Amino acid sequence: MIRFTEHGLYCEAGDFHIDPWRPVRSAVITHAHSDHARPGHGHYLCARAGLSVLRSRLGAQTYEGADWSEPVYRNGVRISFHPSGHIIGAAQVRIEYRGEVWVVSGDYKTEDDGISGYFEPVKCHTFVTESTFGLPVYQWQPQTVVYDEIRNWVSAQLDQGRSAVLQAYSLGKSQRLLDALRPFDGRIFAHGAILQIQEALRADGHDFPQTKRLTEATPAEQRKACIFITPAPVETLKTSRLIGPWRSARCSGWMQVRGNRRREGGDKGFVLSDHADWAGLCAAVKATSAQRVFVTHGFQSVFSRYLNEIGLEAHEVQTGFGSEEETEVQTENAHPDA
Amino acid sequence: MSDILFDTSPLPLGSGADGFRRFARLISDLGNTGATREKTDLLADYFRSAPVRDQAWTLGLFTGRKLRRQIRTRQLAAWLSEWRGIPEWLFEESYHHVGDLAETLALLDASNGDGRPEGDLSYYMKMLHAMQEMSDEEKGVCIREAWSKMDGGQKFVFNKLLTGGFRVGVSAQLVIQALARVYDTEPAVIAHRISGDWDPATMDADAMLRGEGRSFDLSRPYPFFLAYPVEGEPGSLGHPSEWHAEWKWDGIRGQVILRSGTWSVWSRGEELMTEKFPEFESWRTSLPNGTVLDGEIMAMRDGRPLPFSVLQTRIGRTRLSARLLKEAPVGFMAFDLLEFGGEDLRTKTFLERRSILVDLISSVGHPGLQCSETVAFDDWGSLTLRRREARERGSEGLMIKRMNSVYQAGRRRGDWWKWKLEPMTVDAVMVYAQKGHGRRSNLYTDYTFALKDGDRLVVFAKAYSGLTDKEFREVDAFVKRNALEKFGPVRTVKPELVFEIAFEGISESRRHKAGIAVRFPRISRWRTDKGVDEIDTLDDLKRLLEHYGSAGNGSEETS
Repeated sequence: MIRFTEHGLYCEAGDFHIDPWRPVRSAVITHAHSDHARPGHGHYLCARAGLSVLRSRLGAQTYEGADWSEPVYRNGVRISFHPSGHIIGAAQVRIEYRGEVWVVSGDYKTEDDGISGYFEPVKCHTFVTESTFGLPVYQWQPQTVVYDEIRNWVSAQLDQGRSAVLQAYSLGKSQRLLDALRPFDGRIFAHGAILQIQEALRADGHDFPQTKRLTEATPAEQRKACIFITPAPVETLKTSRLIGPWRSARCSGWMQVRGNRRREGGDKGFVLSDHADWAGLCAAVKATSAQRVFVTHGFQSVFSRYLNEIGLEAHEVQTGFGSEEETEVQTENAHPDA
Repeated sequence: MSDILFDTSPLPLGSGADGFRRFARLISDLGNTGATREKTDLLADYFRSAPVRDQAWTLGLFTGRKLRRQIRTRQLAAWLSEWRGIPEWLFEESYHHVGDLAETLALLDASNGDGRPEGDLSYYMKMLHAMQEMSDEEKGVCIREAWSKMDGGQKFVFNKLLTGGFRVGVSAQLVIQALARVYDTEPAVIAHRISGDWDPATMDADAMLRGEGRSFDLSRPYPFFLAYPVEGEPGSLGHPSEWHAEWKWDGIRGQVILRSGTWSVWSRGEELMTEKFPEFESWRTSLPNGTVLDGEIMAMRDGRPLPFSVLQTRIGRTRLSARLLKEAPVGFMAFDLLEFGGEDLRTKTFLERRSILVDLISSVGHPGLQCSETVAFDDWGSLTLRRREARERGSEGLMIKRMNSVYQAGRRRGDWWKWKLEPMTVDAVMVYAQKGHGRRSNLYTDYTFALKDGDRLVVFAKAYSGLTDKEFREVDAFVKRNALEKFGPVRTVKPELVFEIAFEGISESRRHKAGIAVRFPRISRWRTDKGVDEIDTLDDLKRLLEHYGSAGNGSEETS
């Protein structure tokens, strides 16, 4: 029902592509990250919950939003969106045609982060899954534990008169950090890329702590011992000179591995991801009851081999998502929101 | 659940039961800071409050004491498969990705304890020692029991001790500085107190560090004084008349010690190597009691230095055959005298020490014990000219020492300088890549390079250093896109990236595919301007070998 073409995942019966990486006439979009939602398509169909963020990223395009589970038909193909828990508004796409059901996961995480919607297991015959963290060394701690660690670290920095810089992807991780840092409302500054997203979310009715722009005009007593959230390494920003002494921490699933933490983590690395860990991937596949699984971006060879060994029919697929096998930290084409 | 993060609740002081926790916490904290001052603080705090019997172990581990590996990797993989349902191939994939065995095990074993293992470091070290006598099954019980109480970070440290790969980003020098602060004395004093051979299982570290309790050990070496490289030209050092120059030799830095009939040979890594060099027996009897010589252990025939590659054939051999002793004879190139007639000479000037040394060596009069030759010069310009002779003599360059300087401990700026030759270079293409370890685990940073030989490529050197972090990331990305085949952790790579490889020495070798071994190869730059058809050939390398390779035999008598 879906073919893997050079433009992306193509549904011939419905004549649409899902998250295409080359311009097409009709695109169905799982979520607004740049490797899934690219500019230049004729028509964009996505979950209504993800519309405002998508619009803020891609500007003027032809959009159509659908509520969760609301069917949309294309030439008799039934399309519906189901929360993937990845970021706010991120969806899995369910496609049904003549009794056959496929689900394309986009990106997902199975733990409820409290703001992105709860990952909904959808029964299907064929499941297309991501595999960003498809190795058993990637097993996350519960969010409450990680949030406590982050808050404790931030408090410790502020108590010692230092600013706390958190480096995290602007769409997804930054919103979770804002959610975790509610007790610090009023002291939080953010990079411009984050402010733009926050504006779109606020207009959409989302409630987050206030995020302020940090400039030379910001009063000095507010700049010192503040919290600053940024997608770019702070030492590369002019802001680093405005916030007094600081310590930085990187928030990413890759921080699980010590080598990455020491190389990329700044002063501290927090293991916080918007993707499913190994157990999450295994559980998600099982919950779909799918007999056939296509494994895309991440550790697709490892994860598909494992699925084959536990009795499923699994195949690896090369896509334009994330990067190739062993998507890793900070290579130019690495999955940015990991 | 198995993230390597430590619990951060405060630790109670003084009790021994939390000793392991405290040690694991120290390792984690040291890893979380790059600042030398903070590291010293952490170490000082640890030594002030750690259980006494843990201090000796910590000291031993931090100053490079080697651990024996207790378990085969295959056995560990089998247990993970049995205990956690992780197939062995998946363990292998995980290990390749993480790049560190101990960490992989800690991450894969998802059974997180409460992070309060009962017992101190000393307890676990005893457990590891006891494992030598255990069956694999018994070892498994021990490991599982230990893991069940530990959090991810503690498990990581335990596994490091278990797999014998314990290394932290802390130099012995830093530990010595921290201890000097704790015991309120000079770093050089601490360095000497902890030098030599002692057993952490029985040593009272506190007494040792206070300079008590340990009878004066006859074998104990002095802390080595290490030189800094000259930056640019030596002209900035001041007036040439204040300086002494000699050839720099490539061997193993060592001290030979004779006290009350006890004879010992130490390497700079504080490894006792007495047994490895039986030929020293023939001249040591001519030394007076109470002598400590500092110098270079080198391959040497009839008083003439041989290339380092000859010495390499002997290092690591446990049994020295008569043939090996004949093919690779070893001698000692002395360049300093630290103790004479039982008197510590380190506070005398270099010139005074040197003059006693020269007399001593000539009175021994044995070709296996040489004194490094003085290089005379009137001004820095003439020294620059003389340095050019170094390669022909089989030397690495020059040592420049301040005549009125005392013998210090550790690497110090100011009195001893090394001025090495510019390295030789060739342009080569990368053909294999492998992931690095530690800070570079998870990145392809270890490369193998090849030269052209007709239509073929011939592998000639491996190199791990010389690129910036950014360049390593770019090469890493290239490897991932262009890997052709997998051989365990090694990837063959499309031969496309060209690098200039620098090295210090060159010699014939039967153990290398190219028939040539190069010394200290490293990447000097990435030749993004060159393609694979422009690299150097094996013949180019052979020409370098002809010119410089037989160097060892060109040296003059030096005594």
